[in-house]
Amino acid sequence: MTAIPMEAARVTRLRRLNVAGGALTALIVLAAVAWAFPLYWGIVTSLKVEQDVVRPGVHLIPERWTLDAYTYVLFNSQIGRWYVNSVVTAGAVTVLVVAMSAAAGYALSQLRFPGKRLLWWLILASFMVPIPALLVNHFVLMAQFGLLNSWAGVVLPQLIAPVTVIIYKQFFDSVPRDFREAAVMDGATELQLLFRLYLPMNWGITTALAIITFIGAWNTFLWPFLAVTSEDMMNISVGITQVNDAFGVRYARLMAAALLAALPVALVYLVFQRRVTQAIMLTAGIKG
Amino acid sequence: MTRTRRPEALIALALLAPFLLTYAVLFVWPTAQLVALTFTKAPLIGAGDWVGFGNYERLWKDRLFWTATWNTLYFVLLTVIPSTLLGLAIALGVNRLKGWAQSLMLAAFFLPYILPVSVVYRIWSWLLDGEFGLLQVPIAALMGENVPVFRVIPLFIPTVALVTVWWLVGFNVLLFIAGLRNISAEIYEAAALDGATRGQMFRRITWPLIWPITVLVATIQLILQLKIFDQIYLFAQGGRTDATLSMVGLIYRSAFQKNQGGYGATVALVLFLLIVAVSVLQYQLLRARGQR
Repeated sequence: MTAIPMEAARVTRLRRLNVAGGALTALIVLAAVAWAFPLYWGIVTSLKVEQDVVRPGVHLIPERWTLDAYTYVLFNSQIGRWYVNSVVTAGAVTVLVVAMSAAAGYALSQLRFPGKRLLWWLILASFMVPIPALLVNHFVLMAQFGLLNSWAGVVLPQLIAPVTVIIYKQFFDSVPRDFREAAVMDGATELQLLFRLYLPMNWGITTALAIITFIGAWNTFLWPFLAVTSEDMMNISVGITQVNDAFGVRYARLMAAALLAALPVALVYLVFQRRVTQAIMLTAGIKG
Repeated sequence: MTRTRRPEALIALALLAPFLLTYAVLFVWPTAQLVALTFTKAPLIGAGDWVGFGNYERLWKDRLFWTATWNTLYFVLLTVIPSTLLGLAIALGVNRLKGWAQSLMLAAFFLPYILPVSVVYRIWSWLLDGEFGLLQVPIAALMGENVPVFRVIPLFIPTVALVTVWWLVGFNVLLFIAGLRNISAEIYEAAALDGATRGQMFRRITWPLIWPITVLVATIQLILQLKIFDQIYLFAQGGRTDATLSMVGLIYRSAFQKNQGGYGATVALVLFLLIVAVSVLQYQLLRARGQR
């Protein structure tokens, strides 16, 4: 007797759940569309004819498609130069940070030396220090070195990366001891151990850290903005904000320049999605 | 063939040397200099007279300092809490989906996060342009006229906060999704068998188990947003920048625009100590979770 009403109740509840689930899915899809829209709008604007951009009314799809804004920006601004500056400085930061951190992480993980605990605590503590608070002193230091308006001046203050050292140490710690002992029996030196065993076993981590360091260095604004005042030494992230006058209020061109600045990091993300995700988890302190 | 293994300490030193050198020159030394600079009346470049606690007294009486502190805290309030809650909500929604649909949704929310701040600034100043911005269409429909939001002081920080949440929420979503995936499906199945409703499952299972991630996300955002400068500076360009100054903005203004290195350093040190205090708090909170 009671079985049938109970069954009916379950069915209605399941149906209600489905309705609620459907509504939730619709909501999240709507939110995702809203989130992607500003990017879509930027892209569409960059592909319009400049007069169409400010035509009254809402035109979600261009009536006339054109790459004029891109060709204009590429040939009439310093954007090529800024690209080179960004590629060189972000590339240098990436290579140097990863190399220094891997070496330091290996020493901290596998070698015995006096002062090791103290150094480890210092690194953990420096994790907390806000780098922007040091920008006045970084500026003074770079001025003393005569490195303002140079690639080296942009790169150097970005090299403080305690997090990558910490991550390398943790991953080197978890390489099984047996591997090390076997290699030592075969007469491997410490450097060989690092390059033939510890680094190869953690290529994934190196890739992830390199990608996230590169994205960070490419996107960084405040320090390159302070360290560089001459237009032809600017990074692209700074350059595109400093030349309003060059384009006037020409939104197709402004959007084209902005999207060109975003292109490399967007591509890196789309190609290496999983590594980017992993790197973000790692730097946030979640082992993923 | 005999091979003498060189002392480990020497090899360690060689491997650590590049790191130690950069750490000493670019971190320890500037930090020491920062403290020393706060006691002088130095210009940006060059030495200055010793003024004892003069800069600190000035700071205490400087209305601009309190404006900057208030603006920073206001911005923190308007970004940290919304982006944490929204991050959780989006993660719950995205986590229900499967396969490619999930990847696609996740990409939509995450893509803005990897953009440079200057690109975010360009896109949003176009969307909200006082004359031709697309978002002026709904604004005009609601308010009866276009509103140049970045030029109206009371609207400035909330709008920049909104843009910042759009920009950064993907990071929070990612962390929350990782946390949600760690909750085993069996708990939900057991709860469903006991007839728990969706709301009950969220309150009794998801929320308590996701709490540590919530603390992590909120404190990471807190530390990040205390350092706010870029967006506020960019969107305020050409407007009344005094009223919208952040703490890092005040450092920039004092040291770089007014050439008062000593005073700029004093503001920097206050920010430095504030963030270290928050970080210690974060560490304690996260450790407390580890012990539970």
